[in-house]
Amino acid sequence: MMKSLLGALAAAALLATPAVAQQKVKIGFVNTFSGPNAAIGIDERNGFELALDHLGRKMAGLDVEMLYEDDQMKPEVGKQATEKLIQTHKVNFLTGYNWSNVLLASLKPAVDSQTFLISGNAGPSQIAGELCSPWFFNASWQNDQTPMALGEILNRKGVKTLYVLSPNYAAGKDMAAGMMRTFKGKVVGEEYTRWPGQLDFSAELSKVRAAKPDAVFVFYPGAAGSQFFLQYAQAGLKGQIPLYSVYTTDAITLPQIKDVALGSISTQQWVQDLDNPVNKRFVAEFRKKYGSYPSYYAAQHYDAAMLINSAVVAAKGDLSKKDEMRNAMRKADFPNTRGKIRFNHNHFPIQNFYAQEVVKDAQGGFTMKTLDVVFKDHSDAYASKCPMKW
Amino acid sequence: MILFLEQFLNGLQFALLLFLLAAGLTLIFGIMDFVNLAHGSLYMVGAYFAATFTRWLNSFVLGVLLALPAALLLGVVLEMLVIRRLYSREHLDHVLATFGLILFFNEAARLVWGAAGLTLPLPSFLSVFLEVLPGVPYPAYRLTIIGVGLLVAGVLYYLVQHTRIGMLIRAGAANREMVGALGVNINRLYTIVFGVGACLAALAGVMAAPILTVQIGMGENILILAFVVIVIGGIGSVRGAFAASIIVGVTDTVGRAYLPEILRLILSPTGASTAAPALSAMFIYLLMASFLVVRPEGLFPAPGGRK
Repeated sequence: MMKSLLGALAAAALLATPAVAQQKVKIGFVNTFSGPNAAIGIDERNGFELALDHLGRKMAGLDVEMLYEDDQMKPEVGKQATEKLIQTHKVNFLTGYNWSNVLLASLKPAVDSQTFLISGNAGPSQIAGELCSPWFFNASWQNDQTPMALGEILNRKGVKTLYVLSPNYAAGKDMAAGMMRTFKGKVVGEEYTRWPGQLDFSAELSKVRAAKPDAVFVFYPGAAGSQFFLQYAQAGLKGQIPLYSVYTTDAITLPQIKDVALGSISTQQWVQDLDNPVNKRFVAEFRKKYGSYPSYYAAQHYDAAMLINSAVVAAKGDLSKKDEMRNAMRKADFPNTRGKIRFNHNHFPIQNFYAQEVVKDAQGGFTMKTLDVVFKDHSDAYASKCPMKW
Repeated sequence: MILFLEQFLNGLQFALLLFLLAAGLTLIFGIMDFVNLAHGSLYMVGAYFAATFTRWLNSFVLGVLLALPAALLLGVVLEMLVIRRLYSREHLDHVLATFGLILFFNEAARLVWGAAGLTLPLPSFLSVFLEVLPGVPYPAYRLTIIGVGLLVAGVLYYLVQHTRIGMLIRAGAANREMVGALGVNINRLYTIVFGVGACLAALAGVMAAPILTVQIGMGENILILAFVVIVIGGIGSVRGAFAASIIVGVTDTVGRAYLPEILRLILSPTGASTAAPALSAMFIYLLMASFLVVRPEGLFPAPGGRK
């Protein structure tokens, strides 16, 4: 009798152990952690990690396991990393993806394997249009939107002639195209520089000086941005021809460029000083934990983490309920550093775009200040090409 | 016309930066028959040293002057610890080893200085503009680069042509075994050559740093161009490196400046703006390929024949 009772207890204990080994939420994070733009990948990871801290590192009671992979800014490496995360590690969500060309290469493996891919930064026009997918969500913006807002600012400021400089890859072309969509003046020069290799812009700056435009528009993310701003000042153009940019001055490049960027105007869907409780908490705790201002890169990944959490919570931790998770994400009911956004039918956000200016803060550091709202509840220009309906 | 001259100056400045890097590389490859991929890392470390010393000493000139002997020391230590063991090996082993050194230096730089990079701000006396061409305020700093490059070219020329050590260098480039057999301390010669090469690479990094900011991996792109330069100029020849770097630097810059306009004459505007960056990136390599076909030994090959 005792033996069989002990036997039954032992069997019950053995049966109980699988329940202790709970299912985890596995999130694959593909970003740039080496080379000159490693600072961006690190900032994005910090934003995502801060969100996980705020969630207690659990989603719907399940532990979160993060798997970080380096894409080295190369599409083929990013694609291989994505495939490894899907096939070997069987992740439930993929996120990160700072560069549009890396994202475009990595989308197919995610879609084919029916794994959710939440882009934290890249927003190429192709994925907003014909390549839109029920497995893809964008937590940031569509590449054209931010420069479209800038084109609007140029119109308001009465700029008649413009010189455009942008890097020669998917996002560079989207940015220039977006700006020219709304800009009503004349583009007197349009140059696409080698990407990512070209760091010396002296030839292009000489051409700018010769063309004498009313203003110059650039898009140079990461390390190239610091170099461009410094060379612009060194070429003597800083006081002479106003420089407008998108995604070039941010919390990562400003500590390097410093005074040279003061007063420069750009547009974005998020600014450090946006007045909503989620953002205030995000900025304050980011500064406390990491000692620097968060960039929009970090804010977008904070939002991406919250978006993923809303999906897992809605499915009550059952990660096989993919349709329920998608419906939850479509509701866009998650704490957001931008206030309130909703998703368009191509899974890209409909949100406000703000004009922002580089200013000095009380401690002598450099940050961005909101000037005004350029677009309210703006949707991207490619949504009509997306056949998805819901 | 004025614009062309300005672009020519831009190209000349880039060419002399390339020369500083290529001169060391060609000496190392020519005399020591050693393929040094880590040359780009020495360029990067030189820039980091200059940025750090400038910050500590609060003086641009002192920071730059201190960075060079520091880089020389690093080059000598590297030669004694690592490079020396590889002389008897094949070129492929050199490539593997120095590629490993690139990775090592990149990670070491990230550990010491962080991932975000540094800036090396110019002092006020170099931030002025000089009107070398009418109506064109050209940055004084870029003129300084041209000046320093020409000065180093002159010093190297004197060193190689008119001193004993230069004679040993030229002899070593022509026939290394014979120089060893004639009783010259080949090991010490190699250490000196590697140290000088490292110093030149660091000088190039220091000169480039105020324009291009100091980043991890900053040497990799320019190293490829430096290899193109030494192939065109002739391996082992400083004169060849000078001529080839002028050709490569000026054609690259001027080509980049005027290619879009030229293409716009034959293609549509969107076609031209898409094709121009791709073509201008290829241009230098097409140039190198045609040189290899027409004159494979380079513009000024080392006398006595090379393998």
